[in-house]
Amino acid sequence: MGASVARREDPRLLTGRGRFIDDIQLPRMLHAQFVRATVAHATVTGIDLSAVREVPGVAAAFTAEDLELGDITARLGRPASEFVATAMPVLARDRVRFVGEPLAVVVARDAYAAEDGLEAAKVRYEVRPPVVSAERALAPGAPLVHDEAPRNTLLNVSMFATEGIDAVFDSAPHVVRVRARTGRQNALPLETRGAVASWDAREDQLLLHTCTQVPHQVRTVAARCLRLDERAVRVVVPDMGGGFGLKCVVGREEIAVAAAALRLGRPVKWIEDRKDALTASFLAREQQYDARAAFDADGRILALEADIVCDMGAYSCYPFTAGIEPLMASAEMPGVYEVPAYRVRGRAVTTNKAPTAPYRGVSRPQYVMVMERLFERAARELGMDPVEIRRRNVITDFPYTGVNRITYDPGSYRESLDLCERVVKEEGWYTAREEAAAEGRHLGIGYACFSERTGYGSAAFAQRKMEVVPGFDISEVRMDTSGAVVVTTGTMSHGQSHETTMAQIVADELGLDIAKVRIHQGDTDRITYGWGTFASRSIAVGGSAVRLAAAKLGEKLCRIAAARWDLSPEAVELVSGGIRRRDGSGGLLGFEELADLAYLRAHLLPKDLEPGLSATATFDVFNDGTFSNATHGVVVELHPGTGQVEILAYVCVEDCGVAINPQVVEGQCRGGIAQGIAGALYEQVTYDEQGEPSATSFMDYKVPTAREIPDVLIRHLETPCAFTETGAKGAGEGGTIGAPAAVLNAVNDALRPTGTELDTTPITPETVQRAFGRTVEHTS
Amino acid sequence: MTDTAPRERQLITLDVNGERHELLIEPRRTLVDALRHDLLLTGTHVGCEHGICGACTVLVDGSPARACLMFAAQAEGARIRTVESLADGAELSDLQRAFSEHHGLQCGFCTPGFLMLAEGFLAERPEAAKEEIREVVAANLCRCTGYQTIVEAIDDCAARRRKET
Ligand code: FES
Ligand code: FES
Repeated sequence: MGASVARREDPRLLTGRGRFIDDIQLPRMLHAQFVRATVAHATVTGIDLSAVREVPGVAAAFTAEDLELGDITARLGRPASEFVATAMPVLARDRVRFVGEPLAVVVARDAYAAEDGLEAAKVRYEVRPPVVSAERALAPGAPLVHDEAPRNTLLNVSMFATEGIDAVFDSAPHVVRVRARTGRQNALPLETRGAVASWDAREDQLLLHTCTQVPHQVRTVAARCLRLDERAVRVVVPDMGGGFGLKCVVGREEIAVAAAALRLGRPVKWIEDRKDALTASFLAREQQYDARAAFDADGRILALEADIVCDMGAYSCYPFTAGIEPLMASAEMPGVYEVPAYRVRGRAVTTNKAPTAPYRGVSRPQYVMVMERLFERAARELGMDPVEIRRRNVITDFPYTGVNRITYDPGSYRESLDLCERVVKEEGWYTAREEAAAEGRHLGIGYACFSERTGYGSAAFAQRKMEVVPGFDISEVRMDTSGAVVVTTGTMSHGQSHETTMAQIVADELGLDIAKVRIHQGDTDRITYGWGTFASRSIAVGGSAVRLAAAKLGEKLCRIAAARWDLSPEAVELVSGGIRRRDGSGGLLGFEELADLAYLRAHLLPKDLEPGLSATATFDVFNDGTFSNATHGVVVELHPGTGQVEILAYVCVEDCGVAINPQVVEGQCRGGIAQGIAGALYEQVTYDEQGEPSATSFMDYKVPTAREIPDVLIRHLETPCAFTETGAKGAGEGGTIGAPAAVLNAVNDALRPTGTELDTTPITPETVQRAFGRTVEHTS
Repeated sequence: MTDTAPRERQLITLDVNGERHELLIEPRRTLVDALRHDLLLTGTHVGCEHGICGACTVLVDGSPARACLMFAAQAEGARIRTVESLADGAELSDLQRAFSEHHGLQCGFCTPGFLMLAEGFLAERPEAAKEEIREVVAANLCRCTGYQTIVEAIDDCAARRRKET
């Protein structure tokens, strides 16, 4: 562990031998496409598929009624005043709630014919007025997206309200306010969603290949919707071309495809096209904050208050519900700062837009942006250095229990801030900023200092009050007769290199050559249970289970060796390649020999030792989780004419505890930062007043390329986690969290001479041009 | 059921990775679908089907091309190379090795497209400087890596090739 071992998944991915969902071909396989709603809000008065069924190549077409499908309903154990559960039918029946909602499935001999079929579908609508913004949704008398949710509010919680907070605001020397908005984004894995369903007659079981981050949860929902025992559903996940949270919720289409395959007795494949992925898949991120903070004369924060509204779109995702974003933001907003008083209200609002799912970072990119804006604004008002004001407020004594009743484990908040500032200085950017100013150019430097809770165990998730409570992970390590091991993990890699990092953990624990370790993931029949990969839990939680299971197997190997030598197990130890006596006498009993004994000559084992070599372990986190942390520093130059924001430098100082594979951690940082920059400057899903999405292809949805994304200078700090088995904290999401705040602050720094401050992302060229335009007016 | 209904098809010949294949396909079938679904060369991927993401990049007569924007029939008579042609058996090519060494891939979905883009480009411009490489890399989308390591991998491969010759 701790070494940048070459990735074991690379050879197959580099030679085109990976197997992604669309690579799966089964005999007699048919192809599905979905008839989707063309209006944002309507009562469906009729779906006529008769012409569809006549289209050459079309095998069948089904509505919800034809398939007799159940609903997907995500619930929270909260009172009705706080949360309203709403059903998401697998296929819409009498009502559609967003453009792109699936109404029927067309199955044909190939995807071309299925698309031909779509064109022949006739859907009759009685159009209802759509609700396309959170403001409109909350306004009195607004049309209801779900009749059971008054004021279109799915979640409404006021989690914290420190007594006497009003008096603090009233008497504070400084109160600053930020009203921020973040745009709606698409997590946008390069591989769109997809599924291949077939009935396996030998196993008497539905075999559902699907690209999901949460195979076991998909199995549960598929079994429920199709009214099968869970035993009768096997979910298998092939290689995945990214997910970023979008694939950690259950999709309607994968269930519908399974139902169609059962009905037809033939395999059915569905591969989402890019248009559907952009418009009808799950989206994320659209939030509004009205926040204020009180400061004393020295720049210490005294109180924080926020009203958070999250536009969750048309449906609650399973299993997290539409509450995920406001709950996360409400609980964690104080972040890395010692905030003495806190009041927050969080709401999830439903609108006639595509539904949302968790996306890398979940709410943290937004509330960190707001917090960092509040501190920058306060620094300006107090005439303080923006880094200094943070320094005075970050938590330095650990463990620290915050006003949000969360206990933070040790991190390097202060150290990361200091180091990041130092690197930016050493790289000469402060001088460059001065020189630029002298030349009339607009350079700005911005920072974001944050922590992210990772390694949520069952206890932390239970506080959300989800109907199903994620958190633990189970792993099995099994050695075969040749001394090689197969390891199962309940997590699901979709680019994070689990096959390498998990194998490193096992190889390290057992003193085994990494080439002898094989990782199994994403198969509900082979893996007892798993919560999948999200919330940066894989290495912190899954990796800990893997390590514990490997350690258990190591103990058994020791007992076998000890028995062979007639010694007590304490007299032997595991070393590289096998077991030896602690006193150093005698040779090494190699893994092959031990495995041979355990299986092929088990008669030599003492009676109290079972034949075979396998061990299972479960790991859970019983406190509030662990906190990775980082500081990001960004240098931008603004081009007033074009409104372009050019990123000149990006420094990331990150601390995720022990890095199992530093190269992989850096890869996660860089990728996350690119997505964070995308949200800060480029990507946005917008809708017109009728709820028609405007970005339906890569022509309109601007995904940044190598031209826009800068090189990132990364420095590591290491505060090992005290309670994971590996010392690791989560590392998957940090990049997306820090980037929007740091970029926005850098832009505002560069905008200083204009007197304008921006609090909204994405920062478009128009906003930058306008900011400069205003100066021109002022100075003329 | 009409899924066996007759359809208009044409016979074409494709030269892919030095092998000739005869295909009976609908005229509207794209090159990428023919490669992936008819020839089962699934290394070439599809990310958008409208020519922007570059996941489907293959070499057509040596130059990078978007296989989603071409009909298979248009590729008749051309020499097509896909990612499957890069390695020599189990032996990765220098370009593939560079991608691995620099961690130029995470999920690996975009990777075949970037490899073929780089393979075609370096053949034409072996002396390309890093900034030029970055410009070329900007033709394709990757959602995982942030691009830096892809640029570095290609640059490193180019530098090593120059040293060898
Ligand atoms: S699939 Fe061809 S460019 Fe995206
Ligand atoms: S490595 Fe995942 S899209 Fe590039």
